[in-house]
Parts: sequence; structure tokens; C-alpha cells
Amino acid sequence: MEVSLNWLKDYVNVPDDIKTFCDAMTMSGTKVEGYKVLGADISNVVVGKIMSTEPHPDSDHLIICQVNVGKEENLQIVTGAQNVKAGDIVPVCLDGAHLPGGKVIKNGKLRGVPSQGMLCSLGELGLTVNDFPYAEEDGIFLLQEECDLGDDIRDVCKLNDTIVEFELTFNRPDCLSYLGIVREVAATFGEKANIKTPVVNEVKDGKKASDYISVNVSNTELCPRYTARVVKNVKIGPSPLWLRAKLRAAGVRPINNIVDITNYVMIEYGQPMHAFDYEYIKSNQINVRNAYDGEEIVTLDGVTRKLTAEMLVIADGDRAVALAGVMGGENSEINESTTTVVFESANFARENIRKTSKSVGLRTDSSAKFEKGLPACNTLPAVDRAAELVTLLGCGEVVEGVIDINNADISERTVAYDRAKVNALLGTNISNEEMDKLLAAVELIADGDKLIVPPYRSDIINVADIAEEVVRLYGFDKIEETMFKGAAGLGGRTPREAFRYNINDIMAGLGYCESCTYSFVSPRSLDKINIPEDSELRDFIRIINPLGEDTSVMRTHPLPSMLEVLSRNVNRKVDKCRMSEIMTVYRRNGELSNESKTLCFAFTPDCGGFYNLKADAEALFVRLNISAREYVAVSNDPSFHPGRCADVFVGTKLVGRIGEVHPLVCENYDLPRGVCTAMIYTEPLLKSVKTERGYIPLPVYPAMERDIALICEKSVEVGKLLNDIRSYAGKSLESASVFDVYSGKGVEDGKKSVAVRLVFRLADKTLTDEDADAGVKRILKKLENEQGIVLRS
Amino acid sequence: MKQQLEQIRIAAVAEIEAADTSLEEIRIKYLGKKGELTKILRGMGSLSAEERPVIGAVANEVRNCIESALEVRGAELKKIALARSLEAEKLDVTYDAIDPNAGHIHPITKAMKRMTEIFIDMGFTVAEGPEVETVYNNFDALNAPADHPSRDFQDTFYITENTLLRTQTSPVQIRAMLNNPNPPIRIISPGRVYRSDVADASHSPVFHQLEGLVIDKGITMGDLKGILSTFAKTMFGPETKTRFRPHNFPFTEPSAEVDVSCFVCGGKGCRLCKGEGWMEILGSGMVHPEVLRAGGIDPDVYTGFAFGMGVERVAMVMAGIDDLRLLYENDARFLKQF
Repeated sequence: MEVSLNWLKDYVNVPDDIKTFCDAMTMSGTKVEGYKVLGADISNVVVGKIMSTEPHPDSDHLIICQVNVGKEENLQIVTGAQNVKAGDIVPVCLDGAHLPGGKVIKNGKLRGVPSQGMLCSLGELGLTVNDFPYAEEDGIFLLQEECDLGDDIRDVCKLNDTIVEFELTFNRPDCLSYLGIVREVAATFGEKANIKTPVVNEVKDGKKASDYISVNVSNTELCPRYTARVVKNVKIGPSPLWLRAKLRAAGVRPINNIVDITNYVMIEYGQPMHAFDYEYIKSNQINVRNAYDGEEIVTLDGVTRKLTAEMLVIADGDRAVALAGVMGGENSEINESTTTVVFESANFARENIRKTSKSVGLRTDSSAKFEKGLPACNTLPAVDRAAELVTLLGCGEVVEGVIDINNADISERTVAYDRAKVNALLGTNISNEEMDKLLAAVELIADGDKLIVPPYRSDIINVADIAEEVVRLYGFDKIEETMFKGAAGLGGRTPREAFRYNINDIMAGLGYCESCTYSFVSPRSLDKINIPEDSELRDFIRIINPLGEDTSVMRTHPLPSMLEVLSRNVNRKVDKCRMSEIMTVYRRNGELSNESKTLCFAFTPDCGGFYNLKADAEALFVRLNISAREYVAVSNDPSFHPGRCADVFVGTKLVGRIGEVHPLVCENYDLPRGVCTAMIYTEPLLKSVKTERGYIPLPVYPAMERDIALICEKSVEVGKLLNDIRSYAGKSLESASVFDVYSGKGVEDGKKSVAVRLVFRLADKTLTDEDADAGVKRILKKLENEQGIVLRS
Repeated sequence: MKQQLEQIRIAAVAEIEAADTSLEEIRIKYLGKKGELTKILRGMGSLSAEERPVIGAVANEVRNCIESALEVRGAELKKIALARSLEAEKLDVTYDAIDPNAGHIHPITKAMKRMTEIFIDMGFTVAEGPEVETVYNNFDALNAPADHPSRDFQDTFYITENTLLRTQTSPVQIRAMLNNPNPPIRIISPGRVYRSDVADASHSPVFHQLEGLVIDKGITMGDLKGILSTFAKTMFGPETKTRFRPHNFPFTEPSAEVDVSCFVCGGKGCRLCKGEGWMEILGSGMVHPEVLRAGGIDPDVYTGFAFGMGVERVAMVMAGIDDLRLLYENDARFLKQF
């Protein structure tokens, strides 16, 4: 909410230093977002009187004016405006004057004639005809204000104000008004708030408001209170400058005196008001009722609104004249010939206004206030204030009597007040007297062990609410910092979380950059990785109200996010790219989700191929202390190269899938062919971590090494070959590993040569050459007999 | 003969000292089977019995002398050869021949890890919760009024009428209380949260929060101040000051926003803190009695405090990052700076 300091000063003393004011308000709970000094960009502009004019000798549209700015010598100013004549009072820019928009005015010559400054239009001062309705839009601003020659224009036009913007919290709708802010300012600075009860000067001619109009509220739930007054002999016209200036400071466009009064009261009291032209209220009745389904109203903005039965309208004898709490109807709008006005000051149910405003797509100052929940106690003082202003402005006569249909509880409440509990919650030791005094500053009055709460403070319910009031006025800074006591407990990470941090560190050690991607993706992203239409991966958790199609479903697969990252980098010419991220994937589980974390890492072809990927996966497993890993070829995952993809098992547990991304998928992401990626499922992986401690003792006896080259079918997997060798060899074989695979010249077509290093060793004695040779012989015999695999000759 | 031997010695030693490659030839020339010294020794048979031991001794002395000269020069030559090869093997150390291939941890992970560590060291336990949450846990149980604007479609991503993408890590508070009806409870909950904001320099539809909750008998606002000020000093440096500003959150009462003094300018005002001297980093307060009740805990017996902070905010402040989108763009050139 924006608040004018000039206006605020009408009610309460405000410290001179703006920074002191803002800081203190923020620290007492009314946060200042910022402030702006109006007219700060205007300087050296004063009031002048045009003494004489003469035409410019060399121009048919310029005029030479002699201008008195309250100094001994007149200034000669050349102007192109046609609306000035001798005797006019005008704003004059002196030499070096600044205007809004950074414009600087200097002495100069116009077509050879010296000009000592410039005469100003409204627009050049940053004003509009709404601020000064008597002024001409095009042309020099001819002042009608009471002022002396040489006066600073900022004072004359009431531009010398500071506007403070407060950020108000949800629990304080009462602060959406000057009076609310005034109470807070008074409490903050220990000042007295000068809030007067409006005095209404009614015309006692025997005719009462109720003789003019009858009000019937048929839905008291949606309209707990409806208050109205009637004003007759209305003279529509512009409001005086002081009122226009206040509206301008509040960011509201002045319209005419009656409309301006309703806006003024809304800003001052926080109570939205509406003015109807009495003449257009048929049958002299106001009916507050639900709209009929399909009923239409043309609101003040000229838009036809179709209504539903949940919405509340203000109707006359036969049609809706306002959409309650949101906007008035065009059919009863105040116009220049209005002579009798009905002021409405009502209380509407917040939720209903919110829904109506949303479903008709119209949010007004009024609906915004009602939405936040307004106190019903305000309607009467607000309508009285409007009546008081009518008299003050002399724009009408207030008819005797007020119509007030009240079904709301507007009495003061009391809540339990336990001072010891307040201190216990805050960790303070504030005396009873001081606490009572702090609360009294915000009109919460102690009465023994009860606190009397004014009706506009619906947020005060329990001891915590009271403690909040106490602490914000006492000062958070006075609370001593302590460490909590209590039973000792162990802190720590969950095993899952610790495991993830561990994986992150290992992946960084392996040279991967950690990425961080959105959890939602486009449902079409699965098309890009070739997932079939009928895949259960497409059973997405969908967001009803996504920002866009691209972020509308929770991902079920980590690959699209990862490939996007690589693609973006390659597109930006970062060709060598190794990325890793532990991603959550989301699978539907009733209305909720199964959320599991998958480590996904990938690199561009420049960083290597499948075997580099496998080596990194292996390094990760080794570092995590995961043994007995097995790789099983996968040829049917449509996202992967059918001959370069494997599932990783630890024992019987599937812990991941690694492979080269399918060339078509690479193409879909504008990636070069050969991107490799691994998906490691952290949940089963964590369960596979060996928890037993200990180590294998180092060997005591020497080993015997034998290298053999075997000729086998190309399709034979070396993993299986090694497993077979191990099973054939007996216990003297310590390890078997492949150190070369060759096919080509010297090897029969369709076959390959696999070079295997066999290491024999016994734990309890030294092996002889004969022992090792016997082992090799045993292996070769079995390989030949059972699989037809022979030694390369 | 003695003279001959002496000449051999002088000639051999001179040759040895002058040699600059192999000494083997010289050794053969003098000491080999057909070498000069050997030749002379062979001639010793013609000497008299008196002369023989004398000349023999001289010959031995000459041999020893030559051998030791060979050894000394040999060592010298080895040294020279090594020096030559070292010289030849000189590398251009300014050339980056091999990609260092260093990996990097994302700044959000880094900040999150550091933040959680600090609380873990103070005795907090990590608790995690799901990102697809019930509307009840995310709003109702946290005392958010039915018409609270945070529930709006334009602020919150909904999955169904009853479920949503959690807008805060606070629903973990409810889960933690229901899981542990017997305080003390001292948890932190890091995680991903979602709000319906279009990505710009300071907003992201996905971001991370760190939630904290302490519930026990006699927990005070002073305890909240103590924990958060200790956190701020550990995270941002021992000189860091903390400022509590009154605020309003549905789930805490009293509530406060917490600012820390700018660790760049120390509070004087600079570009990072936009001249304020303070940076807002978190929201906090005493757990609202209704929230305790929703968690099955009697607010007449127990009190507690809760706080929540944006991890991106801390990561950005720590690294001077001025655009939140950089954190989710995953440009390797950005990530490699962390």
C-alpha cells in the first residue's frame, strides 16, 4: 500500500528523517518496501505572471512574453503556445530548471530572440487533466490556485510529497487503510493518533433516507452488513486540489467530487464504497441478492458480464445495478446531471468476492480489499465520513438517517491473556506493566487475565498472537540469543542422503560436471528418446495448471533431461561435455507419487565411447564398495544402440543401465552420434553396498603368470568366457583377465582372438611351473571339448 | 721397465681423463688380455728374482691407478650422459597437453551441503519428504487459510484437487511430528519445491529450500535467535550480524523474517546488498499452535520454532550470482567455475 506522508501527517506526528521512519516501521511489523519523493525531478520551476505578449518578428506561431516571477526584472520568454495572454498565472522554468524525464531548461534564443526560460504545460510537470481538471491538455498550464509570484510550483501543485510503500501481511487487512497505518505509526513512535469520528450534518427536513430507498438483504451470509446514506441536491464537479492531490498520491485518478469521495473514504478507512445515481434505482429499492443464472450486467468498464447464481449482486426493483464488492453497473453510474446519490458502504464475504472476481476476471481495488476480509464495524463510520466530506466540499445535502442492515457481530472480543506464557514463548522477562503498555499502544487493552480486542483485529486469537504483538513492539533485538536445552540426541544425515553426497563427490572426481534440471518435462520428450506410445512410462503425473506444455508432466525417465543439457552445451559449442546428476523420477502411485532417485551421467563422443562409460561406472561401483557386478547385453531398449547397451546387476539386483544413445535419439537432440549415458538406480545400489568390514590378506607365495590366445566365435562374450575359465581352472587360478581382443588378418572370418592372462597362485605354498602348466592344460581341454574354443596357433 | 710402467701409467691416466664417451676401449688397450700393461707383465719372466717383486709391486700400483682412474672417469661420464639426456628430455611445462578433466559440484548442491552440515553439527537430523504432496500437508495442516493467496492456481502447481507439487519444505514438519509424537524433535529438511513462477533473474518454478523444526518443552524465541545467529556466523563468517524483522506466516506465530549483515561490505551498503547493508535470507517463527495440533502435539505442553530458507538465494549470495536462471541452464562453462 502506498501512503503519502503529507496525508499521514494529518493524523499523526511523523519523524522528519524518512530513513528513521521507514526503519522503525519495518521493525515494528509494517514493512517498508521503499519510498519515492514526488517532485524530486522538478526544480527551479516557479509561479509567474504574464505581463504582456507580442508576436515574434520572424515567426507566425511564436509569442514573446514578458513574465513577472516576483523579481524586480521581468523575464522575456518565447513560447509556441497559443493559449496565453497578459494576466495569466503560469508555471515558469527558470534558467537551469529540471523537469520530469530528465529535461533541463536553459536560457537560449528562439529564431534570434533571447528566451530566459520556458512556460510549462501540465504534461511537462508530469501531471494530467485529472489532477487539474480546469487546465487545458495542450497548451500552457494556466494556474487557478491561490499563490504568489515566485512560489515553487511543487508547493502550489502539491507535488512536494513523499510516498512510502508498505508491504502488508495477510493477517492485517485492517492496515489496508490510512487509519490502519496511522494506528501503527502511532504505536511505533509512541505518538497519539488523531482519528476523529465523522460528524454528519444532516438536513432535517422531515424526509429520511428510508423514505428515499428501502434496502433488503436476502443473503446475509454473503452480505453480513449493508449500510447506506442518501445525498440530495448534488452538484457534480471537480474535487478541490487537496483532495485531488491526495488521490494522486494514492495512485487513484480523480473523476468527480462524488466518485472521488468514495475513493477517498476507501483509501482512508479501507472500506470500499459505491455511489449510485438514485434516479436510476428502479422502484426505490435496493435488493442484495444472488444473481440469476445467466443474468447480465454491464459494469462501469463497459464490459457485459454474464453472472451465475453463486455471485452476489446489488439490484434495484428489477435488475442488477452492481456486482457486489467488485464493480458498479453502468446503468446507475454517477454522471454530470446526477442530483441524488446513494452511498453504499457494505461488508461482503471475502471468499465469495474472491471467487466472483476470479470467475468474471475482474480484480478491482474494491474486490482486492474485500478478498482480504474486512471488519464489518467499518461500514457505518465510512459512510458517515463520506457524508461529512459531501458537506465539507459543499457538493450536496445529506438526507437525515442512515440505513444499516447488520447481521455481523461487531462487538469487542476478549481473549485469554497469560503474561507468563507470552514471556515463556518469547524467552523474555517483560514485566506485566510493560507488557500491558506495549499492547495498549495497539489498542489491545488488558483487563486482568483477559485482553479486550477491537473488532478490526480479527487476527488476535491465542497467546501466540498476543506474543507477536508484544515482540514486534518490544523489539526482536532485545531477546537474548540462547541455545535450547533438552535431552541429548544424535544429529545426522539419512543413509540415502549421505549416499547421494558420496556419489556426487565420486562423479566429480571422475571428471563430471553436476547439472541441475527441472523435474517436469514435456510429455513429448519420451517421443524424442523413442519410447513407444503404449509404454507405461507415459503414465505421467500431470500438472493441471502447468506454465506450459514443455513443463507439464513430472519426468518418468532421466534421459530427456540429460540429453537436453548435453544438447544445449553442444549447441553453444561446448563440445567436450561430461555431465552428471542425481535426478528424481516420478511414477504415479494413486493420487501421490513414487519418487526415486537415479544417477544419470553422460558424455559427448569427444570424451570417449562405451568402454570409457563402463570404466567410469566401474570406478563408481568400486569406490562405493560394491562387488560382484555383472553386465548383461540389452538389445531392445529403443533409446539405446541395440549392440552397445547393458544392464548392470549386483547379484540378482538390477542397479543400472549403461550404453551408447541410439543414433536416432542423438539426432532428435541435435547431438553427434555416439553420446554415451548411464542410469544408475540409487535405491537398489544403496542396498548392494557391502557393509562388512575387513580385507583380503596380501599373498605370501609367488604367482605364476600364463598368457594364452584363444580363437572363438565373434559372438562369444568375454565376460562369459572368463567365467567359464574360472569354473574350469580349479582353485589355483587367482585371476583371469582379457588384455586384448583381435579379429582381422590372421584370424578366420567370423572369429576373434582373445588374449587372456591367467594368474595362478596358492595361498599355502609355492606353485611350480608344472602346476601352472597343468592348470592351463585343464582349461584348454575343457574349452575345446565343451565349446570348441582352441588355442591360437 | 719401471720407467716403461710409469709411462704407461701417465699415458693411460691422461687418455682416461680426456675420454668423453666410452672407457671400454681404453680399458682394453691397457688392461685387456693384449693390453699394454699385460704385455709388460708378461715380460716379467725375464726379470731377476730380486727385481721381480719390486717391478711387480710397481705394476700393481700402475694397474690400481689406471683402474681407479677408469672408475672415477666412468662415474663422471655417467653423470655427464645423464645430464645430457635430462637436458634432451626437457618439456614445455606451459603446454596443457592433457585435459585435466576435473569434475564440478553444482553450486546449489554445494550450498545445500554446507547449510545442512552446519545444522547437523548442532544436533539436527535430516528428514526428507515427497515432492508430490497432499494439499492437506502443504496448506491445511500448516494453518494456511482457505483463501490464502498461496493456494491460488496462479501460485501453486496442482496435480489433482487433493495433491500438488509442494510449495515449501514445511509439509515435512507435519510428517516429522506425526512420525515422532514424543519430542524432542530437531530436524532439518532440504529439498525441491515448486511455485508457478515464470523463470526470470530472481524466480524459478523449481527451487530448493532448507526447512528446520525444533519442538520440545520450553523452546523459546530466544532459542530460535540463538540457532539462526549461530548458523549465520558459521555460514557467512563470525562477524555476521542477524536482524529479525516481524512478519506473518500462517504456520508460525510470532513470525520473523531474518536478514544477515552483508558479508561483502559488513553492513555499510554495497552492490551485493543493494545498498541496504542487510540481506534477507530466511523466514522463521514459533510454530503456530494449530500446526502443533495438526502434528498431534499438545501446544499446551510443547512449543517449537521453525525456519525455512531458499538454497538458491544462499548459493547466489555466496557466489555473487545475479541471475537465478544460470543455476538451471547447466552451461558447462558456468558449472566449471564451481
